[in-house]
Amino acid sequence: MKTIIELKNIDVGYSDNIVLKDVNLKIYENDFLGIIGANGSGKTTLIKLILGLIKPFKGEIKFYIDINFGYVPQLNMFDRKFPISVLDVVLSGLIRKKRIFKKWAKEDIEKAENLLNKFNILNLRNKPIGELSGGQLQRVLICRALISNCNVLILDEPDTYIDKEFEFTIYEIMKELNKTTAIILVSHDIGIIPIYIKNIACINKTLFYHSSNEISDKIISEAYKCPVDLIAHGKFPHRILKEHIH
Amino acid sequence: MLELLNYQFFINALIATILTSFSCGIIGSYIVAKRLVFISGGIAHSCLAGIGFGLLVGINPLFSVMIYALLISFLLNYFPDKINIREDSFIGILWAFGMALGVFFVSLKTGYSQDLMTYLFGNILIISRFELLTMLILDIVIILFFVFFYNEILYISYDEQYARIQKLPVNLIKLLLFLLCTFTIVINLRVVGNFLIIALLTIPQATANIFTNNFKRIILLSILFCFLSCFLGLYLSYLFEIPSGASIIFSAFLYFLICFIIQKIILIFSK
Repeated sequence: MKTIIELKNIDVGYSDNIVLKDVNLKIYENDFLGIIGANGSGKTTLIKLILGLIKPFKGEIKFYIDINFGYVPQLNMFDRKFPISVLDVVLSGLIRKKRIFKKWAKEDIEKAENLLNKFNILNLRNKPIGELSGGQLQRVLICRALISNCNVLILDEPDTYIDKEFEFTIYEIMKELNKTTAIILVSHDIGIIPIYIKNIACINKTLFYHSSNEISDKIISEAYKCPVDLIAHGKFPHRILKEHIH
Repeated sequence: MLELLNYQFFINALIATILTSFSCGIIGSYIVAKRLVFISGGIAHSCLAGIGFGLLVGINPLFSVMIYALLISFLLNYFPDKINIREDSFIGILWAFGMALGVFFVSLKTGYSQDLMTYLFGNILIISRFELLTMLILDIVIILFFVFFYNEILYISYDEQYARIQKLPVNLIKLLLFLLCTFTIVINLRVVGNFLIIALLTIPQATANIFTNNFKRIILLSILFCFLSCFLGLYLSYLFEIPSGASIIFSAFLYFLICFIIQKIILIFSK
């Protein structure tokens, strides 16, 4: 397996507050990495570091190929009344490619429409985002991430708003996508981590890596400091874990 | 009303309404979309310090207020993070301190200053040719910037973080937009005054927002409503001999109220 991103001995945080200490992580080509950890454990900080939005205090981050990130952020950071249409949000994923002074090319708009169609929201094309439900907006943001043919896709807490009836389809699409794209899926909810995940990292002030798709009792207590009860539900086949005794 | 066109001052006022509409319509749409109303109000009010200083030392207040506005824009952009103070608290401080400083400067100058009133509440009827020229230049810069960088402005405003990931020059474009906001406030001070300028940056936009949620259409409609407000205000000011700043704001509010009521009626009947 070819390593595409490598984090070495990294300390990272904000101003003088260290959030994560001594992080080592390798992300492979066509990896499917699940990152789990409780709220406030530093998951979003790790993502921001990988995306280059913040610099580490110590250590280094290496990119071995030219990386084109697709990122699906948490929904709560958005101004839901901002005057922008669904199509514009999706096209904004291509802004790096677009030349200044030029309008969107026909094939760009077609590409955006094809994606919207794939996610069953083509009818919302010209709607302002303020009229969308949380689940619909999330699909729009996934389209924005995919339109640039990203080779690393990062999803931050995708379970918060995902509509139940569409959950299955989204995971099917991701599975298909994973043949050509590395996917990093972040969640505080272990139940969301799909069965076909390849590697798992648990976060709690530092990072514990497991190169298997087995979520053991040990991994969970590393991340949560206590045994957790897990229930899998929905159409999608989640990995069901053995019961814990409190 | 036609006989008014024989007067140069009235023609200047008419040109001013058109020029103001473009800068306030466009920049106001950005300010409203990005929820920068409070910071813009703070800058506008704080500008009294620059005006007072200009009147005191006897230079054109337009120059002193421009330098002052640039100074506080810089402070507002870089200071809150550096000294770890909450941004809106910092705006409140600059807002009140700037006004106090302005009153202090004016009081040092002996005698009542009629001039000050025209800066506080505006007087579209005494706009000079030089001021019209600065307004024209501002309009051209703003229109070119928004035509060429429309998508970049829209995407950065909607999701700054994603724009950074895509390696857009986010800081540069944000800084340019902030400077344009500052210049729009300062250069249009003469039309409605620094106490009322925030109205032209928010009321026409709110009226436009009743009809559309599309940023481009909000901009175009805002320009239209801004012009209609200034035009009606100018006429009412002449008709009833009331200060033009006040009559322009009344007109803007009137359009908003009418559109708001029409929308509600349509909503009721369409049910």
